[in-house]
Amino acid sequence: MNAIDVLAPGLLTSVQDGGRRGHAALGVGCAGAMDPVALRLANLLVGNAPDAAALEMTLRGPRLRVRDATLVALTGAGIEAHCDGAPLPAWRPVLVRAGAELAFGGMRHGARSYLAMAGGVALAPLLGSCSTDLNAGLGGMLLSAGASLACGPSDARTATALRASLASRGPFAAAAWQLDPQPWFEATAARPIRVCTGTHFPQLDNAARRALFATQFLIGVDSNRVGYRLEGASLALREPLELISEGVVPGTLQLPPGGTPIVLMAEAPTSGGYPRIAQVIGVDLPRLAQRRPGDPVRFAETSLDDAQTRYLERERALQRIQRRVTERLHG
Amino acid sequence: MIEARIEPLGDAALLISLGERIDPGLNARAIALADAVRAAQLPGVYDVAPAYASVCVRYEPQAWSDAAGLPHAALGARLAAFVHNAATQPDADGGAAVEIPVCYGGVCGPDLEFVAAHAQLSRDAVIERHAAARYRVAMLGFAPGFPYLLGLDPALQLPRRGNPRTRVPAGSVAIGGAQTGIYPRELPGGWHIIGRTPLRLFEASRDPPALLAPGRQVRFRAIDAGEFAALAR
Repeated sequence: MNAIDVLAPGLLTSVQDGGRRGHAALGVGCAGAMDPVALRLANLLVGNAPDAAALEMTLRGPRLRVRDATLVALTGAGIEAHCDGAPLPAWRPVLVRAGAELAFGGMRHGARSYLAMAGGVALAPLLGSCSTDLNAGLGGMLLSAGASLACGPSDARTATALRASLASRGPFAAAAWQLDPQPWFEATAARPIRVCTGTHFPQLDNAARRALFATQFLIGVDSNRVGYRLEGASLALREPLELISEGVVPGTLQLPPGGTPIVLMAEAPTSGGYPRIAQVIGVDLPRLAQRRPGDPVRFAETSLDDAQTRYLERERALQRIQRRVTERLHG
Repeated sequence: MIEARIEPLGDAALLISLGERIDPGLNARAIALADAVRAAQLPGVYDVAPAYASVCVRYEPQAWSDAAGLPHAALGARLAAFVHNAATQPDADGGAAVEIPVCYGGVCGPDLEFVAAHAQLSRDAVIERHAAARYRVAMLGFAPGFPYLLGLDPALQLPRRGNPRTRVPAGSVAIGGAQTGIYPRELPGGWHIIGRTPLRLFEASRDPPALLAPGRQVRFRAIDAGEFAALAR
């Protein structure tokens, strides 16, 4: 079995997959990749199942040593990445030679990059998932110096063509083709994040209802995988609401009594008792996950029908990419 | 037939709300409805979780992409039929009660004296009342395995601490408002801590990982420090 040694962990590098699903009744949240689309694309590029376990890097990446030749793919935020000193190309399959050092630095744009290895990270799943729920202290793995990661068995055909070119030269052999990152990653924070108004939006006072869509918020410095605090206009309710705990999901915009809204992210708790003023639409949640503390956020309102239509379009586009990439890897 | 409101929680979840009160009857209905929806194995539905008076249904919209309308409308209509057919008086048996041994007061329950003073009861009377009541798990939330229990003696109700603690030890049994709960691991918390159990409420590697589940009956049994130490081993 292939293995990867962690030389330096980076700022916050963890094993993430499609999330821990089906256990909300126990109070266990989903966790999983903050940018699940980037995770899926990285996995497709190395021939894995889309939701296989991979590495999520945050703001500054790790240094890793690959024991055996390994097919890898890098997606998500644009990150400084080198393989034995040579720039490592992103958004394509790359076969890295045995013993090579992968050195990741800072991110040029965005907040989270994903590194998938053929075969996926092999960890014992916990409640059906290898994702790391940092806040709940559940499952997965937070990388630390000296740790090793095993990779699962991979599809041998995938790397054959690259293996021939690797033998001749250099620390790695990259596929001649790549995915276009443009539809899946945006380098700026200029475009608004679309939301549907939430159950308690009508209970906001007039100023707050306007401010939510007319003003700019900044992502608070204490934001993390659980949630982003949105600093800016303080939002007020028309009158205090006494609510009982109900389900919340990633993307829910809650309004605690202090007036600073919080948008729940991948490690959202399973329930909450604060007013739910809006919900980030599914296709925009990965875009929000790529913003950093201090980045601006503007919100734009859309309908649930529009949100779901876009969601279905995205899934169809990802299906098409999956077919094309599979043909190329196996063709 | 029960009154219910089905509302979207974004484009991949629906919330069935049966009411806005903490009420044992509403909670029993929410739990029964969650069980019925889960058992139906509807396309794309991968998580069904009850809360006090609601059920959160998470789903993959693409499983309904061939439906006549959009997925939220198609699944919403199916869920509405469940609500319509759900029993208004569910069998709220909950099975045999799970007994939770608790060492009350002292280092295990630093707020017991405060709760007693607030309730104008003796320390022993608070313990007696807390251990005498029959509780039911309304929901799990806040952290994996954290049970919100219904059934607290009204004399023991009191507002949450004005100043939440940053660290509440694992196993702490606490009162917040009309509820009592148990901290499955060290967490921040604003409830009044009256005791501690040596039982492990949540262990990820155990099957099932959570000691309690929504609907389960619970009672507390007072133990002394010696028994706590013996059970904790």
